[in-house]
Amino acid sequence: MTILFYIASFFAIIATIKMIIGTNAIHALLYLITSLLSVSVVFFILGAPFVAALEVIIYAGAIMVLFVFVIMMLNLGKEGVKEEHELFNKKVLIGPSIISLALLFEMIYILMHQSMLPVTFNEIPPDAVGKLLFTKYILVIELAAFLLISGIIGAYHLGEKGKVVHHRFLQKENL
Amino acid sequence: MNIPVNQGILLAAILFCIGLVGLLVRRDIIFMLMSVEVMLNAAGLAFIVAGSAWGQADGQVMFIFILAMAAAEVSVGLALIIQMFMKFKSVDTNMASTMNEQKKISNT
Repeated sequence: MTILFYIASFFAIIATIKMIIGTNAIHALLYLITSLLSVSVVFFILGAPFVAALEVIIYAGAIMVLFVFVIMMLNLGKEGVKEEHELFNKKVLIGPSIISLALLFEMIYILMHQSMLPVTFNEIPPDAVGKLLFTKYILVIELAAFLLISGIIGAYHLGEKGKVVHHRFLQKENL
Repeated sequence: MNIPVNQGILLAAILFCIGLVGLLVRRDIIFMLMSVEVMLNAAGLAFIVAGSAWGQADGQVMFIFILAMAAAEVSVGLALIIQMFMKFKSVDTNMASTMNEQKKISNT
């Protein structure tokens, strides 16, 4: 089981790197979905089967499909790839990468020089998550509901097209 | 299933850094939103690793909240992308760098 963790992590990292250096939006999105599926395998190995299922269903299944629909609506096509080549200057990649890598190496140094015991991950069943979710965290559930409904209202308000008014007294409102 | 906690946290850190680099170097707004998704997912992974190491379900509960937040954020972000594309006919974020300069935008 341990080797599966390393294989899944390796593919998650590779797919994410391919995503950020890609130029075609749909291809990058497919790499992102692969990365999410690999992370879902990692969740499963760590003993969180419920969250692994949620990752596949909601992240890879719902949120990424939203991305696909928006990219289809924008209809970027080959011109989009050409524009992307102009926008994405590979030289820009150097500075932020070096600084992020430095920070990452600090993190690796800290993590590797700390004696953490190898923990045996026991599987946490979904019913434990559900019990905790609706007793201790019930207030946070309400807040998440507020957040989602404001998200719906915001997306509806931002996504609508400008209405055209035909009445002669109200024509100024078209501006 | 003996995986040290260090390595799980390390995977989360690496994914977070890749997402951060993507957010910093890309100018296409779609790629920026996708990089934000990668970073959120890495944060969720850190929660899951910590929760599993302690044997508690709290980490998984936190991941569910991160999931809800990501869904709300993506819906609003994609609506903004559509609005921006209708206005500027481009996904370049530099086009939307001015607030109220109608003349300049219509020329470009």
